[in-house]
Amino acid sequence: MAANQTLQRRQSQLTRGHLPSYAVWVVLAAAVILGAALSSLIGFSVVGWAVISAIVFVLAATLVTAVAEGERKAKDRLVTFLVYGAFLIALLPLVSVLWTVLERGVPGLSYNFLFTSMNGVTGAVDNQAVENGTPVLGGAYHAVLGTLQITLWATLISVPIGLLTAVYLVEYGAGKNLTKAITFFVDVMTGIPSIVAGLFAAALFALLFGPGTRTGFVAAVALSVLMIPVVVRSTEEMLKIVPNELREASYALGVRKWRTITNVVIPTAISGIASGVTLSIARVIGETAPILVTAGFASSINWNVFSGWMSTLPTFIYYQILTPTSPTAPDPSTQRAWAAALLLILMVMLLNLVARFVARMFAPKTSR
Amino acid sequence: MKALRFGRAAAVISVAALALTACGSDNATGEPAAEGPASSAAGTAVSGTLTGIGASSQNSAMEAWKAGFESANQGAMVQYSPDGSGAGRKAFLSGGAQFAGSDAYLKDEEMTQAMEVCGPDGAINIPAYISPIAIAFNLEGVTELNLDAPTIAQIFGKKITTWNDPAIAAQNEGVELPDTPITVVHRSDESGTTENFVDYLAAAAPEDWTYEVSGAWPAELQSENAKGTSGVVQTVTSTDGAITYADASAVGDLGKAKVKVGEEYTELSSDAAAKAVEVATPVEGRPETDMSLELERDTTESGAYPVVLVSYHVYCTSYDSQETVDLVKAFGSYVISEEGQAEAEASAGNAPLSASLSEKAKASIESIKVAS
Amino acid sequence: MSTNTLKATTDRGRAGDRIFSGISLTAGVLILAVLFSVAVFLLVQAAPTFTADPTEITGGNGFAAYILPIVIGTVIAAVIALVIATPIGIAVALFISHYAPRRLARAFGYVIDLLAAIPSVIYGAWGYIVLAPQLAKGYTWLAENLGWIPIFAGPASQTGKTMLTAGIVLAVMVIPIITSLSREIFLQTPNLHEEAALAMGATRWEMVRMAVLPFARPGIISATMLGLGRALGETMAVALVLSPGALVASLVKTGNQTIAAEIALNFPEAFGLRLNELIAAGLVLFVITLIVNMIARFIITRHKEFSGAN
Repeated sequence: MAANQTLQRRQSQLTRGHLPSYAVWVVLAAAVILGAALSSLIGFSVVGWAVISAIVFVLAATLVTAVAEGERKAKDRLVTFLVYGAFLIALLPLVSVLWTVLERGVPGLSYNFLFTSMNGVTGAVDNQAVENGTPVLGGAYHAVLGTLQITLWATLISVPIGLLTAVYLVEYGAGKNLTKAITFFVDVMTGIPSIVAGLFAAALFALLFGPGTRTGFVAAVALSVLMIPVVVRSTEEMLKIVPNELREASYALGVRKWRTITNVVIPTAISGIASGVTLSIARVIGETAPILVTAGFASSINWNVFSGWMSTLPTFIYYQILTPTSPTAPDPSTQRAWAAALLLILMVMLLNLVARFVARMFAPKTSR
Repeated sequence: MKALRFGRAAAVISVAALALTACGSDNATGEPAAEGPASSAAGTAVSGTLTGIGASSQNSAMEAWKAGFESANQGAMVQYSPDGSGAGRKAFLSGGAQFAGSDAYLKDEEMTQAMEVCGPDGAINIPAYISPIAIAFNLEGVTELNLDAPTIAQIFGKKITTWNDPAIAAQNEGVELPDTPITVVHRSDESGTTENFVDYLAAAAPEDWTYEVSGAWPAELQSENAKGTSGVVQTVTSTDGAITYADASAVGDLGKAKVKVGEEYTELSSDAAAKAVEVATPVEGRPETDMSLELERDTTESGAYPVVLVSYHVYCTSYDSQETVDLVKAFGSYVISEEGQAEAEASAGNAPLSASLSEKAKASIESIKVAS
Repeated sequence: MSTNTLKATTDRGRAGDRIFSGISLTAGVLILAVLFSVAVFLLVQAAPTFTADPTEITGGNGFAAYILPIVIGTVIAAVIALVIATPIGIAVALFISHYAPRRLARAFGYVIDLLAAIPSVIYGAWGYIVLAPQLAKGYTWLAENLGWIPIFAGPASQTGKTMLTAGIVLAVMVIPIITSLSREIFLQTPNLHEEAALAMGATRWEMVRMAVLPFARPGIISATMLGLGRALGETMAVALVLSPGALVASLVKTGNQTIAAEIALNFPEAFGLRLNELIAAGLVLFVITLIVNMIARFIITRHKEFSGAN
């Protein structure tokens, strides 16, 4: 990239008019002052000031560049501003969400919260905690465990199926009608409302094992229905952009097609695949509705996905917010809910790290 | 460099998370742990797992019942999923749950359906949880209001739109009412609370409330709304001039209207709610053991608060095995016992069953038997 | 002897090929089977709605009258979300792949991935606790000053729990999805193409426009479709943020409803025919996704010359 930049700079010095590097800052300062003046005309507010200054700055800087350096440079600069601007705009709500979760979640992250379940914690216990100002009892250990187990099983089901399907679509089935059908219906599958996936899994297991079968595994199946299309879709895109030259080079060396796929194609795309799988896990780890109808709701620890009810962090959060343990003193419940939200985000962060690590271990060295 | 440090922090967290999965405890309240099933066999201790699905209104009370029952019967476990009354009744009728929690008793056709899973005697409805519904408002400078049923119906029916309306003022002499517009807030989800509240309006103010009684708020009257009790309470708390209906335990510091019953205005209280349930009449055409109650919303009984939600436990009259029957009986009797109701009240802030109702309910539960 | 050895390995290799392609084919067919059974499940459960007496359906005018307003509401919400999220999402992906300093870019990429994982309950809670009250003031201003445009017609909601808020919350949820996928694809643009463009004297934007975007177009459409899937099917966030009601044109007034939120709000208390109705609503959502995907597929095929690895 550095080479590109020097190249650009030298080239622009060769052409006509070049703005000195401080010009942008001058325009920015002018825009901020003008923005303050304009926004005070319509009733001053920080938001209004920022918005007006930004608009004035982008317009003015583009105009100045257009006059001094020409239209192409101006367009380039405008897009650069827009891209940076979009990034800032996207960052705002995301930072706000993260800040809200951190602000409300950190106070609840105690030893108690991490290492105990909600077993035996009743409204009376919460009332006492509020009255006496003692620490809030009860935690999310059972929900963390449930989330880990259910997500693990959902991943074990969906990743092989999704990955292999994507391999079929890209490597074996190109141009076939079946491929077209699968690609199309996988897209349709992304539109299954999550609650429907839950109801479907519940109905399926009711049919196979009798009514009222609710276990962690049923939830894992429901989540797989939601997860598979995301895995297929992202993996397919990643496999498609593996250059054909690589495949052809491998074939030319006499390597079998399946060995080419496992040893050349997939490793080349592994970073993208890992990112897609992480995305798909992220998509389902926060699901509430399908868990409610498939895994029930437990307040104690359950190590067995094949028997008994389970809670996950999202259902824990959902119920703690909507039906506080003590309706008269909902604060402990709210605190637990936000702490659980923070915990869930931390878990996903960890997952992301692992995925990245795995991807880096397998990926071939690239220029970027 | 920053990314690296970030990575290191995450690695620390990952280690912590691994450690976390290794050791956790079900003993959240710090009470002496009781390992193994039925270590102290106290004669009548039962064991097994009892599964219930149903109303979320009962959830807090259910947590208390679960805790109380499980500590008295070490080998027993109760699991309850607060999916909602409809989901609970559906699961119960298809055999997916051993009991249901429901904000409404089974309808006649559901009673017929219940015979399929419960045997020829069908199911019984036992009132377990009584919660008065508060008419809660947030109006600056006003903490107390007297309202009669027609006024309440007109407010929620959007016929009265400002707080200083003559109809409100006439009942509240000495209260300075501002001209703030009234913002009606109702539940966006279907709920037993809505159904009971609307039922009250339709019975006590039939001229002013002509809408259909159901768990959903009348579509013609859509206004500001929110999901769940906590949602409406949160919305009203943050909006001046708002009024809503919500389970009394959850309304916190909001003003609660006194409701006119007979000639006087009754303040919301557990006793007043329990009294309204006590004067209720059994639903006609049901077996003797069934305790479905027809609430008299237009009662003139002084001291009764008729805006009340009665949530039932629905049990089968017979179960397959002796073990299940013992478990159901033990749990059912515990719930309606004085002790169970007191536990629930301490947790959920609801109103306890009256002694006479509790007595009747106990007799009903005793009639549950093994299927022959 | 040596020819035999050669033949043996060839056979083994061929068997491996056959097994591998067989397994991957099975996986694909399995997906079709799952989807088929989901569709059958939906049809069977929804069937009573279509044969029932129209007066018994919620609203009393038959299923079409019941579902149409919320179908439109669903589409409005998804359109708002995509109109906001697609350009921003792609721009953020470009920022990470081609504009930001490399080390920062990795950190940003990481944060964005993380944000895709925040559960919808949290976005919902954030939407109605933090965002809606902030936007309420803006809505009042819009209704007063731009009220002549139908979508901003007053009176504005006092709580800010409107369709526009729901759309914005959905956009916030969709941005990480679009960004995350687009970024991966932008990064895979052949370096030779980019360098060739720069060598010809192209500015950075011209390079992006000529080399990166055409290469990534099918991927961007896929990413947008995934985002759309989430926007259409999102339940909890909309259920918490939106204060639903009858269909209204104004986006700053209380009203409108989406299919997924309608299901989530009414499912717990639903019983009998109402339950069938809600599942039928799910079926309709399914069909909407089907149609949207057909359109997207049509667009991708028209640009087929850019897809694939060459």
